[in-house]
Amino acid sequence: MARNITYREAINEALAQEMERDPTVIVMGEDNAGGEGSPGEMDAWGGVLGVTKGLYHKFPGRVLDTPISESAFIGAAIGAATAGLRPVAELMFVDFMGVCFDQIYNQAAKFRYMFGGKAVTPVVIRTMYGAGLRAAAQHSQCLYPLFTHVPGLKVVLPSTPYDAKGLMTQAIRDNDPVIFFEHKALYDMSGPVPEESYALPFGEANVVREGGDVTIVALGRMVHTSLDAAGQLAAQGVECEVVDLRTTSPLDEDTVLESVEGTGRLVVVDESHPRCNIATDISALVARKAFGALQAPIEMVTAPHTPVPFSNALEDLYIPDAQRVVNAVKTVSGWTR
Amino acid sequence: MDPLTDDRIVPVTMPKWGLSMQLGKITTWIVEEGDEISVGDDLADIETEKINGTLEAAHAGTVRRIIARVGEDVPVSGTIALLAPAAVTDEELDAAVLEARAVIDAGVPDDAGGAPELQTADVGGRKISYAGAGTDGDVILLVHGYGGDRNSWLFLQEPLAVKYRVYALDLPGHGTSSKDVGDGSIGVLADAVTGVLDALGADRAHLVGHSMGGAVALAVAAAAPGRIASLTLIAPAGFGPEINVGYLRGFADAQSRRELKPVVVRLFADESLVTRQLVDDLLAYKRLDGVDQALHALLGALLDGDAQRADAAASLAAIGGAVPVTVVWGRADQIIPAAQAESVPGAVRHVIDGAGHMPHMERPAEVQAAVEETLTRAT
Repeated sequence: MARNITYREAINEALAQEMERDPTVIVMGEDNAGGEGSPGEMDAWGGVLGVTKGLYHKFPGRVLDTPISESAFIGAAIGAATAGLRPVAELMFVDFMGVCFDQIYNQAAKFRYMFGGKAVTPVVIRTMYGAGLRAAAQHSQCLYPLFTHVPGLKVVLPSTPYDAKGLMTQAIRDNDPVIFFEHKALYDMSGPVPEESYALPFGEANVVREGGDVTIVALGRMVHTSLDAAGQLAAQGVECEVVDLRTTSPLDEDTVLESVEGTGRLVVVDESHPRCNIATDISALVARKAFGALQAPIEMVTAPHTPVPFSNALEDLYIPDAQRVVNAVKTVSGWTR
Repeated sequence: MDPLTDDRIVPVTMPKWGLSMQLGKITTWIVEEGDEISVGDDLADIETEKINGTLEAAHAGTVRRIIARVGEDVPVSGTIALLAPAAVTDEELDAAVLEARAVIDAGVPDDAGGAPELQTADVGGRKISYAGAGTDGDVILLVHGYGGDRNSWLFLQEPLAVKYRVYALDLPGHGTSSKDVGDGSIGVLADAVTGVLDALGADRAHLVGHSMGGAVALAVAAAAPGRIASLTLIAPAGFGPEINVGYLRGFADAQSRRELKPVVVRLFADESLVTRQLVDDLLAYKRLDGVDQALHALLGALLDGDAQRADAAASLAAIGGAVPVTVVWGRADQIIPAAQAESVPGAVRHVIDGAGHMPHMERPAEVQAAVEETLTRAT
């Protein structure tokens, strides 16, 4: 029975149901059990934004607090995964991934390949990303393009509570390392989510709105920005098809290409920095494989090539908004040779 | 006189299609002001969150006023048009329009109940979900088909509930019931139906079964003929070897919207009824843990190789004419051919034009009439 719960609760529910179903699933991370100096006996924090709240007492011994040493506990999680557990490690902010990057891209991502397919590394690394929380340059980045670049990693960016639960369930059941990106600004968003367990396959984009004039490819929080823009544009007679990638690795090329073949016009909306990001990747894909269908140059709506500003006014300007998407759609729909 | 209680003026209202429907939107008016209409005429195409459908006339008369505009949200039971004879003056109609307009403009009240509470019964360790509508009259239990759920009856349950207590269940493996179907036999499903009747305290009930649910209803009646007052079988499974195996396996195997949509459209005579939401809801169901196994297990109950397991006539013979039986079939059924209606001995037959395998969704007024007619034959 589907009822409305938040994105945060949806992730929590997937964790709880998979921990119930499979005793090898464990949770670990900073403040997952304790927090604020407490031993976790009274009420565990459940991570810095409370996503794992309630799991500590429900699954004794399977929710582990870790020291503030990402290289140590991400390495431990990856090691535990190779040895038969299915750890879900919380790496708080993706901005901190740098200190444990060797464990992720040189170890976890390589084991299956380097051991001839005999090793599996079923680890999930949950992490927060995105601007909007007034948290400045070191706590607001997107960085998913870095992980999408690395073969051997799966990269997941749910945009709704329904997708968050189904993709987390799949992430835990998957035998490869998964980097699971949770947008800070989406945690309180509510939506219908079935009570029962379900897994959403990776590599399947979701057409969240149909339209014949312009394709908007978006991901994560930008899906909502794009839907907002598409709603405004529909009132002006421009029908947009909005494609939510859901996972950037694996990437559902077919859904993107089919949509562009139908519309002939593409806008890609990506909150990350504009160089070597998902927008450039999708643009290259479409330029190579659907060139004949394109009736206008591709437009990209991204953040600027700067760190996320600390100034509130500048941060608001930094994040792509619906008006910029509307402008980009008008550019491609009005373009003539 | 309050214009909406003036019985010369007959309001046409936004139907309630499904227990959760609160709003509908007219996409096309098929009739115009001044048209003479008969019962069953198509009046308007209506879009809801879940499905698109066509509203059929429940009364004959002259369309004097069309109130709801195309594209606007209208709360369920809001008046969308007025029928009245020529004797009713324009002033009287204008007053009724104002009143109806106010209801539409007010939207859905905040305290609108929405769906009635879902109930559950424990049947042999399985959780079986069901939901009821209506407070008086005989008990009718609606039994959906393969891959369906209690919401398949969205166009039928509320209208029947005016006169009867109408329940719809989710069979094992479906909806929000337990996904375990045991050996995947019709018997397991029939036990769930009997279990719901027990939970309702219904010593006697009318069963309406669609497709696989028809075979289930028959099995229930064959096991306890005294308990079943009548059977209305809609495109029932089991009355001949022909069945669209490609549909069944395609439905069970489909893993994505791209694979599922071309399968699902075969259920309907009018493919435009298949909305994105309908396909998305089916896909969300198919992705629940255990559903894939349940659907594949149940194929064994329906198929014998590439042919339909045709053993329903034996169940019917066991009942031996003690229970009134009606079969309803859509003439354009692409799943089980309507010709199999001839293979149901002793039944009153209705073959409905303009309907595929889902006549209760495509032609609900005619199916409702068939069910009510069947009930009148019950003792």
